[in-house]
Amino acid sequence: MTNSHPVSGSPDKEPATEPALAEAAGADRATTMTAPRRPEEPRPSLGRLFLDNLWAANTVTVTVLSLLLAMLIGAILIIVSDPEVLATYGYLTARPADAVTSSWAVVSEAYANLFKGAVFDPEASGFTAALSPISETLTYTAPLVFTGLSVALAFRGGLFNIGAQGQATIGVILAAVAGFALPLPPVVHLLVALLAGAVGGAVWGFVPGILKARAGAHEVINTIMLNYVAVYFLSWIIVQSGVQSPGRADAISKPVDPSAQLPRLLGDNLRVHAGILLAVLATWFVAWLLNRSTLGFELRAVGANPDAARTAGISITKTYVLVMVIAGVLAGLGGSQMVLGTTATALTPLVVAQIGFDGILVALLGRVKPWGVLLAALLFGALQAGGNRMQSYSGISLELVTVLQALIVIFIAAPALVKAIFQLRAARAARLQTSLAKGW
Amino acid sequence: MSTTAVPDVAVAPVDQGFWTRHRKIGAVLLALGLLATVLFGALATGQQARFTLSETEGGAALEINGTVGAILFGVVTLLAGGALLAGVPKRWFTLVLGVGLLTFVLSFLCWQVSAAPEGRNFMPLVNVVRGTFILALPLIFGALAGVLCERSGVVNVAIEGQLLMGAFSGALFGSISGSVWVGLVAAAVGGAFISLLLAVFAIRYLVDQVVMGIVLNLLAVGVTGFLYERLMQTNAERYNSAPRFSNWEIPLLSDIPLLGPALFRGNLFLYLGLLLVLVIHIALFRTRWGLRTRSVGEHPTAADTLGVNVLRLRYRNVIMAGVVAGIGGASYTLALYTFTKNMIGGKGFIALAALIFGRWSPTGALLAALFFGFADQLATYLGAIGSAIPSQFLAMLPYLATILAVAGLVGRVRAPAADGKPYIKG
Repeated sequence: MTNSHPVSGSPDKEPATEPALAEAAGADRATTMTAPRRPEEPRPSLGRLFLDNLWAANTVTVTVLSLLLAMLIGAILIIVSDPEVLATYGYLTARPADAVTSSWAVVSEAYANLFKGAVFDPEASGFTAALSPISETLTYTAPLVFTGLSVALAFRGGLFNIGAQGQATIGVILAAVAGFALPLPPVVHLLVALLAGAVGGAVWGFVPGILKARAGAHEVINTIMLNYVAVYFLSWIIVQSGVQSPGRADAISKPVDPSAQLPRLLGDNLRVHAGILLAVLATWFVAWLLNRSTLGFELRAVGANPDAARTAGISITKTYVLVMVIAGVLAGLGGSQMVLGTTATALTPLVVAQIGFDGILVALLGRVKPWGVLLAALLFGALQAGGNRMQSYSGISLELVTVLQALIVIFIAAPALVKAIFQLRAARAARLQTSLAKGW
Repeated sequence: MSTTAVPDVAVAPVDQGFWTRHRKIGAVLLALGLLATVLFGALATGQQARFTLSETEGGAALEINGTVGAILFGVVTLLAGGALLAGVPKRWFTLVLGVGLLTFVLSFLCWQVSAAPEGRNFMPLVNVVRGTFILALPLIFGALAGVLCERSGVVNVAIEGQLLMGAFSGALFGSISGSVWVGLVAAAVGGAFISLLLAVFAIRYLVDQVVMGIVLNLLAVGVTGFLYERLMQTNAERYNSAPRFSNWEIPLLSDIPLLGPALFRGNLFLYLGLLLVLVIHIALFRTRWGLRTRSVGEHPTAADTLGVNVLRLRYRNVIMAGVVAGIGGASYTLALYTFTKNMIGGKGFIALAALIFGRWSPTGALLAALFFGFADQLATYLGAIGSAIPSQFLAMLPYLATILAVAGLVGRVRAPAADGKPYIKG
């Protein structure tokens, strides 16, 4: 995401003055030119180029190092929160080996379980057990791809969609209601439930879109507010008769009919379901939309420079509304998977978990590119799946995963920091700035 | 909030022709009055609605027949709406609007209280006022943190995280040391820690401030949740049993009927919160620091030209905001509850809403926080008397009100001009 957001004019402000514009232009120049120009050199060999890039601040290196830094801080948290290990630091000067070995033991066990839960467990025997970690990872990945794409698409259009959480919430409500209330044949039922989820998300995306386009209301504020409206709506609708599971006093809805559930891919013992295929399809669609379609071109033009886009005859109103509706559809589909997939089959107050907020992190980690989002979601899904095992085997709270995810994105968002810590070379084609640098 | 509006799609200034903004609001008020008179009047019962000036059913009370009250107050709302529609002098606008909204609420209450089951059709006003302030308290601290940050041009979406970190470190260090004051200082430091991260990444590394705020909220949820499970759940005795500030009665003032018991028998945080509103209001509009803060928030280049150190001022304000929010978080763990995972539960975002609804001013934020607190308290009360109004819809009220405000339906809100824009010297 290159940074080229001008100061857009405002009707109820003083007209943008020359110094303000000059300042904004200066800011843009400073942020886009992270890589200093190099003098002309003779063309280096391919191997040389590879080695040069290996320790340069390019996307892959920064991402890997961010992951390492995050895990390092995570390790410190594990150590300081373990009273037994911490006790060994009390006599650090007397027997330093104790502190080191006990710290290493607790940290390595935790991260080993993280890996075994997410990728592969060498001790597992049998087909199902060997595939189980991957299956879990993909199960958690699928909805994150959708919410990540939702946020990323809006980003490219110059909008910050914090409302993926709310859109997913409304999506999950409609998908679940369609899933248990409509008596339909198997395939049709699933399609209708997915459609219902998409419509729900679209409505919740349309509202901030139209408010932004018509009244200039900032989408960040409106989407935050709509997230909570959606949460309360969910907690209200669950306990209504006709929705609440009969005979239950707590907040849980009727389960979705089997005919509306996404089919499992690898047999009944593994949770991975067709949602991951839909996620890949959605990624392909968003990539096509952004890079090959007229709408995508207009969307990127508006995102890069609304004033120029308007001069070129692009309707900003239409683009903003469409972007938010499509983003809402994606988030709504992501939410639908939370009841149509295998994680749950009924509505509960926490049914959507954090997928909307995680989607923001996924979009940033994926550098707001569709296929990047897919990879980022895969990493987050793996952390989630591994975190479950880490919690049950090593007794390390699942919250550590949230910490790791947040830290990774913090480091990604500030590549200058990572660059400084590891003394990285400046990359030539580095696209480092994740800053949108636009205020309320 | 139309600062980032695109010119061709933004609303034209509405003060044209007959339908000025005041007249539109008048029309809405008229509709509300009609609703109150007809619907609330019809649904209210002929029972007495008692508003007692105490915490219980007994004692002095204001009484009115339910139907009569609902219709009477509804008619006043109707008249206020009519007056606005007909056109009143500008200086009367706020007063008439206030009266109209107040009577609408009263009409609603007459209906609800009179329709409550026998024996419960009374409303203890002391409880309601006190509950409003208690529920508004974290919002007040959070919104003040927002004021400090955003007036100097740094968007603070991390209020939630600052409150949470404050609540956590207050509980943790308060428990370990056994002293409320150590807990209070630790809470301030905890909030300031999240703020420091926000400041460094937003100001030094130019990371988008909204992005950073969201990520910091998640980080705070993760870190506090992780340490809560590792430390506090395994050894609550040692790590999660913070001492609490007791209530301090202010002599004389606490004897005022209604307001005395509700407001002047509170704990440190209540007094501190109200005092901070006053202090920040005066500081922001009457001191050199305030002038500089506002100028940096509106036009940093100009401020820099005049010799204000923009970045240093922003660092200082953001960290002060963290201190304020951290103390706000401690108003939970050092006065009311023990720490639980994610205990702030979205209050930080309501505080953000209060900040915006209160138009980035300390007093506006106070009023907005009290309004949101009242909505919260009302939901609790209506739940207790078995009302048919779902509490979830009342809980939505702050968020919906903010959306309406931001969309320009309740009045124009405008953020500081440089809010959210990193400043690069040169």
